[in-house]
Amino acid sequence: MPQDWLKGVDDYYDVVVIGSGLAGLTGANCLAKCGHKVLLLEHHYQLGGLATWFTRKGGHIFDISLHGFPVGMIKSARKYWSQEIADSIVQLKGIRFVNPQFDLTTTFDRADFTRLLIERFKVPAGTVERFFTDLRAMNFYDHNPETTGGMLERYFPGRDDVKRFLMEPIAYANGSSLDDPAITYGIVFSNFMSSGVYTFRGGTDLLIKKMAGELRRNGVEFRKRVMVEKVLVDATTGSRQVTGVVANGRTIRCGAVLSNANIKGTIFKLAGEENFAPEFVAQARAVRINTSSCQVYLGIRKGESIPHIGDLIFVSDSVGFTTDELVDFHTTSRTFSVYYPETRPGSERYTVVCSLNARYDDWNRLSAEEYQREKDRIIEESIACLERFVPGVRTRIDWAEAATPRTIEHYTRHWMGTSFGTKFEGLKVSMDLPAQLAGLYHAGSVGLIMSGWLGTINYGVITANNIDKYLFGQKRGAAAPTEEPACAKL
Amino acid sequence: MTKDECKKLVVDIIADIAPDEDLSHLKPEVRLRDQLQLDSMDFLDIVMELRKRHGIEVPEADYIQLASLDSCADYLTPKFNALAAKT
Repeated sequence: MPQDWLKGVDDYYDVVVIGSGLAGLTGANCLAKCGHKVLLLEHHYQLGGLATWFTRKGGHIFDISLHGFPVGMIKSARKYWSQEIADSIVQLKGIRFVNPQFDLTTTFDRADFTRLLIERFKVPAGTVERFFTDLRAMNFYDHNPETTGGMLERYFPGRDDVKRFLMEPIAYANGSSLDDPAITYGIVFSNFMSSGVYTFRGGTDLLIKKMAGELRRNGVEFRKRVMVEKVLVDATTGSRQVTGVVANGRTIRCGAVLSNANIKGTIFKLAGEENFAPEFVAQARAVRINTSSCQVYLGIRKGESIPHIGDLIFVSDSVGFTTDELVDFHTTSRTFSVYYPETRPGSERYTVVCSLNARYDDWNRLSAEEYQREKDRIIEESIACLERFVPGVRTRIDWAEAATPRTIEHYTRHWMGTSFGTKFEGLKVSMDLPAQLAGLYHAGSVGLIMSGWLGTINYGVITANNIDKYLFGQKRGAAAPTEEPACAKL
Repeated sequence: MTKDECKKLVVDIIADIAPDEDLSHLKPEVRLRDQLQLDSMDFLDIVMELRKRHGIEVPEADYIQLASLDSCADYLTPKFNALAAKT
């Protein structure tokens, strides 16, 4: 008989959270702290979604997405998790760019970018100041039709090199392109520029372990290896309402669902389009899934080391800059995230994770044989590129492995294996979800701004607030029947 | 409840959300954002805490009423009193 991964789980919860990405984890934690009975279900054998890690022979621990996040994470970690988690967040100061247009190192904050733009790129100081100030003032609800490419051209006409300097890191951070709305760029870029790039000391494994500890302390019931197959809806009362989920074949009733699955998966696979108005279904269908990523994981043999070459290196052989080149199947643009022993103090180990932007279709159409050959190709190209920074590194590598959009699809169930959620229009669909189907909420990587570690954590809190409001209204309604008797509605 | 008591409850919430801020010299008529390092997530936290601690619901359209301590007191005190009258 197969193991019952839902053993000990009750038949009713105030909220069921589907998926344990950072938005799901944070939403679950907030709701439990508000006093709700919360069940969190994750299909994988590990929590974290894309905020995850894996171990390999030779004692390697590879972090998937610990490349760096804005300083705002310290505050969000303290408010929505714990002071202890916030205290382990430290700055990464060695951010490098190496491409045919420029080769430089920066601390990736407004002061240093201002210096570089003026001294190195010879941009007038007034333009730089105006650019940063204008960006800082952008709001996501502004109705600004300008694209990032158009906006950058307005401040820095004809300056392909400046656009690369400003845009390339953000394209790796959230999969945005020059064709996306300028406000999405402005918000994410400003978050980074406020104080640079930060990471979690101790590694993703320690962070998730600490988060799991907090969930336990706050009374969240969580289960791994549980796949939610369906969100149950009651349509008999006229207005549709979420009543539960089916998970690993078992029905669990609930007052609300927080889906941390992809927004399209939430609507079309989990709930079913029959539960939404046709106009909303059309809107949801039109949401563009964002691009994805490939990664190459390189483990340095125990006892060997590599010199400090920077924490995050944006490297490219492309002469000019386009965001199309970044996602090309044969791109020469990649980011090295170098994990030194300080990542996990006391470990004395080094790993390098090379990230490339990628399109799902380019990888999904390959035969098994082609797929293996192309994975071998990106491993070889990444090692050859790393040799330029650390000559002879090849002989020190004792583990090399590649992941593709297909890998992400397998482990996260993301629609089309996306690593960056959806384009901007996905945010409106995500936020409108509960107005369509009472009790169904979404939080996760969506709309470019609610993406990355900080974006998804904060979106988890925003959605938790909406769920708390909904449940508060329901509980108050149930607790005070004299105020508005149920029969009065008949 | 008086408006001063209401202001104190709001300051208690802010003290937990922003523990590093000195709240002893807050000017009640000046926007909180102009005196403290508060962002939109912090205001959302204030809304969540009002609901959690005091059962007070602030609809999104009224978030603007939380701008200063004075406007908080003007907006929230009647809500506190209405709630107290019910129970």
